[in-house]
Amino acid sequence: MSRHVVCSADELPPGSRRTAFVDGREIALFNVDGRLHALLNRCPHGGARICTGVVTGIAQSSGPGDYRLERHGEFLRCPWHGWEFELATGQSWCDPRTTRLRSYDVKREPGASLVKGPYVAERFPVVIENDYVVVETR
Amino acid sequence: MNAPFLEQQARQTLAVVDCDIHPAHRTPGELLPYLEPRWREHYQTYGVHVRQALSSTLMYPRMMAAGMRTDALPSAGPAGSDLDMLRKQHLDPVNVEFGLLMALSKGGMEERNPEFAAAMSRATNDWQIDHWVRQEPRLRAGIVVPQEFPEAAVTEIERCAADRRYVQIMLSSRPSDPLGHPRYWPIYAAAERAGLPIGLHPVGYNGGHPSTGSGWPTYYLQEHYVFVACMEALAASFIVGGVFERFPGLKVVLVEGGFAWAPALAWRMDKHFDKFRKEVPHLKQRPSEYLRRHIWWTTQPIEEPEHARHLVEIIDWIGWDRLLYSSDYPHWDYDNPSFSFKFPMTETQRRKIFRDNAMALYRLS
Ligand code: FES
Repeated sequence: MSRHVVCSADELPPGSRRTAFVDGREIALFNVDGRLHALLNRCPHGGARICTGVVTGIAQSSGPGDYRLERHGEFLRCPWHGWEFELATGQSWCDPRTTRLRSYDVKREPGASLVKGPYVAERFPVVIENDYVVVETR
Repeated sequence: MNAPFLEQQARQTLAVVDCDIHPAHRTPGELLPYLEPRWREHYQTYGVHVRQALSSTLMYPRMMAAGMRTDALPSAGPAGSDLDMLRKQHLDPVNVEFGLLMALSKGGMEERNPEFAAAMSRATNDWQIDHWVRQEPRLRAGIVVPQEFPEAAVTEIERCAADRRYVQIMLSSRPSDPLGHPRYWPIYAAAERAGLPIGLHPVGYNGGHPSTGSGWPTYYLQEHYVFVACMEALAASFIVGGVFERFPGLKVVLVEGGFAWAPALAWRMDKHFDKFRKEVPHLKQRPSEYLRRHIWWTTQPIEEPEHARHLVEIIDWIGWDRLLYSSDYPHWDYDNPSFSFKFPMTETQRRKIFRDNAMALYRLS
């Protein structure tokens, strides 16, 4: 497992998304109401880059005439064929048995805990101020 | 949130011919300069008169983003209206050697006013060359024709056919009559003379005949499946109607209607042919022979059986020289060639489906 600092927390405010290259892989990062999600940016179904998909809920129904949109903000709908994946786990909703979107652990950590040592380069002091978004890959 | 437009990074190495790309009008008046003043005024005053309640809306809200890939929306205009985006998002990364345009929006195919249908078809064909093919040498046009008015359709075919930038004649898979009907035959005679295949694409959803033989579908899932039923009915009509007996050089491409059904249709027709052949003495061969000799299929949206290999057996029956790769860019059910075929293929089979079959059929090069 390795940990990668991908951006400062300011660069991924709630409601935003971005991509980052980590270990040669492109990872899509989402901040949904303060919850951070990191997924491999390639749909396992047909290869779409899922970072442009819609963050949505899931339509549930107990039978014709009864429809509810539930768990809003917990799902990502692929920009191509619309397969839905649970943001937190990458679990495919339409083919859970054989398809899942790779997901990664992602955290917000204070800069001070990411680097150690005397923060001095040349003669300029390095100041650690903000929080950073950190992705863990396996 | 405005999602960012991203280019695919890895370039696919094998060159492909994409047999289904949809160009869109960036502005609603984009065809006006291509219409004679008389029809320009008609268009502005009366609009189009097609077989649906509202000419610009469909009965179903479609899958999403009005039926488009949500990442294919340019900064101005609808998906499919930006040539540069088409290049960056599809032609370049997918390594498209040739891309065949299928112009669906407001052409003449469904227009009910005969003269206006002819004018709209002409305008659409000129627009395709001007806006797309002239700007991008990888693109080729399909001749849009006023298909319900065969005489006018023939005139349009003859106007365009000598220009090799047009590679096929487009017909809707929801015509007024089954396409084997003799009233359409002048179109086939013209196609045969021009040496151009007929490409059938699903067009028109809300009006005319219900899209199934048993009424209108309830869900979009059904509506989308119905493309298959229409294609089967048309293939049977071409074959049993004797079109291929009358026009032995005619080639028909079924676009976006699936292909896995082909063997079943052929088996069923062959079985009945053995009993009913006296009813159709104009047929000199079994239906399956016409099917395999005169019909081609495009791949998108490809059937996705649980065991992907099941498709191999079907293609073995249809023939590896009969399938043509298509993407349907920029529609939501777009197929990327690197991911859509989930079964093993030999190098030769791959080359045929992705490139060589289309190169030969459309005489590209
Ligand atoms: S590519 Fe994502 S659903 Fe098909």
